[in-house]
Amino acid sequence: MKKVLLSAVAFSAMAAFGGYAQAEILIGVGGPLTGPNAAFGAQLQKGAEQAAADINAAGGINGEQIKIVLGDDVSDPKQGISVANKFAADGVKFVIGHFNSGVSIPASEVYAESGILEITPAATNPKFTERGLWNTFRTCGRDDQQGGVAGKYLAEKFKDAKIAVIHDKTPYGQGLADETKKAMNAAGVKEVLYEGVNTGDKDFSALIAKMKQSGVSIIYWGGLHTEAGLIIRQAADQGLKATLVSGDGIVSNELASIAGDAVAGTLNTFGPDPTLRPENKELVEKFKAAGFNPEAYTLYSYAALQSIAEAAKAAGSLEAEKVAEAMKAKGPFKTVLGDMSFDAKGDPKLPGYVMYEWKKGPDGKYSYFQQM
Amino acid sequence: MEYFVQQLVNGLTLGSIYGMIAIGYTMVYGIIGMINFAHGDIFMLGGFAALIVFLALTSLFAGIPVVLALLIMMIVAMIMASLWNWTIERVAYRPLRGSFRLAPLITAIGMSIALSNFIQVTQGPRNKPIPPLVSSVYNIAGISISLKQIIIILITAILLSVFWYIVHRTPLGRAQRATEQDRKMAALLGIDVDRTISVTFIMGAALAAVAGTMYLMYYGVVVFTDGFIPGVKAFTAAVLGGIGSLPGAVLGGLLIGLIESLWSAYFTIDYKDVATFSILAIVLIFKPSGILGRPEVEKV
Repeated sequence: MKKVLLSAVAFSAMAAFGGYAQAEILIGVGGPLTGPNAAFGAQLQKGAEQAAADINAAGGINGEQIKIVLGDDVSDPKQGISVANKFAADGVKFVIGHFNSGVSIPASEVYAESGILEITPAATNPKFTERGLWNTFRTCGRDDQQGGVAGKYLAEKFKDAKIAVIHDKTPYGQGLADETKKAMNAAGVKEVLYEGVNTGDKDFSALIAKMKQSGVSIIYWGGLHTEAGLIIRQAADQGLKATLVSGDGIVSNELASIAGDAVAGTLNTFGPDPTLRPENKELVEKFKAAGFNPEAYTLYSYAALQSIAEAAKAAGSLEAEKVAEAMKAKGPFKTVLGDMSFDAKGDPKLPGYVMYEWKKGPDGKYSYFQQM
Repeated sequence: MEYFVQQLVNGLTLGSIYGMIAIGYTMVYGIIGMINFAHGDIFMLGGFAALIVFLALTSLFAGIPVVLALLIMMIVAMIMASLWNWTIERVAYRPLRGSFRLAPLITAIGMSIALSNFIQVTQGPRNKPIPPLVSSVYNIAGISISLKQIIIILITAILLSVFWYIVHRTPLGRAQRATEQDRKMAALLGIDVDRTISVTFIMGAALAAVAGTMYLMYYGVVVFTDGFIPGVKAFTAAVLGGIGSLPGAVLGGLLIGLIESLWSAYFTIDYKDVATFSILAIVLIFKPSGILGRPEVEKV
């Protein structure tokens, strides 16, 4: 037993120090590779790996080959910090990640101190790029932008409907719900109900009876897919005919398996689907041939690595600080999301958010499709 | 008025589930004076057992009648949960009986964490959904009551009566009550104390498994963390009703269910848990042993 343990220790030591010997550039991918959000972590990982393979095949970044290093944060801020420290120790200079805003924000402080550039394909909380750090970038939109789009949509399409705004009391959920409410109220539409529920609660029957009583037909939900699915399911059970409208927190096919058939008609905002762009047809097929559906954040992660590579080329350097300057100044860069350029904070100048609708796809399963 | 009755029905259903779990807490506390913190996780485990049986049944015998499927789910879940709780009592609590009071409490918290992590690793960390099993809804005078809600309330009433009968009218119940009053004396009079305690754990687990099955049927989803919140609420229910009292546990459960849904109905939902636990504190100030609990008499 002792021998096995020793060799295991020796092996992990080798694995840990192996990184130093490489002449390649190390790029970290940090995200929830396990845990409840593992599906999103896989999208970040596969997108970055494919981008690395494609860039390496075309000669690498400034002649150097990319090597991807993975870090699993399990959506936990504490784990995110230890992943960040491990990346710093391994000599990683660029990080793609993390998935959650709550993880990306504390991790970015470690990266800033260690001279590492962080670009997230998924963290939408405005605070991520609002703290004046030199190293924070994202390829996705922001919640204030998202809430603005959702609020305007609600005010235009459901002007006379009775709208309830419900959130899960988390920074993401309540933040998004408040931004949406603000935009909706500014457009002259007032909600009839504003409530916060607990994450982890299963029983929403009282909430649903309350919404039924107030004649609600549109529910705006700030939160994640688990509670959204339960609300949809229990509303259908109690005979409340209402459409749920939400943000990027519910884009998981698990929503459909929890909510059942009642998910049909549910709406959510999300970035424009890059897999629909004709230029990306070949790339999408390449992913599918490898047995992975490049949905949701996959191509956002792909574009994150592309942006780093393009900016490094423009800067003529692989120093993280110089690349960061080039990213802000020398855009636009050609990526799978279109021509990307970043503002001084590190936010992308992109069309932002569009509406998606949940319906039965060609395979007979419910999924989300961009509204045309 | 209709709105009030509607919320009453919702609250009673939720309260019934809490009550069923609370009986397990109260029985174990009554007999050995210990809080079995792993009980909430036994409830979650019962839900998972029911889920696995459901998936097996529907893939082996498509088109099986729902009543039969529910019955089999419930029975298998009861057996599984009882086995688990029996084992836990045997390995984690019995060796510590007679040691200082905190020791079994700590192992109970340990077992709770071990169980939920075990389920996380073996069953995955995601929500496991099932399609709606029972979907009839009756509309009576503007109030919608689903068949699921009726089933849950009925089963709770039946099980409470059965367990009350066992504890108060059978030789087993007499042994349980004797062990509760004085363990040493009961042993001297020929009662197998260890066996009686084991049976109590098995009874509590069986009820938790029924609650787990009902929970799965009602909400359609189960996840490894589900033992925690319902467990805490059920424990609160047991304390509120008077820990050690069977009808008290169910009464406490119903009260908490009603407070939650009526508070949500007329006030802001954000403060639902604040309200529930404030009421608990107020009740305990005026009735320290709970609503139906008997004040502890110092044994000489």
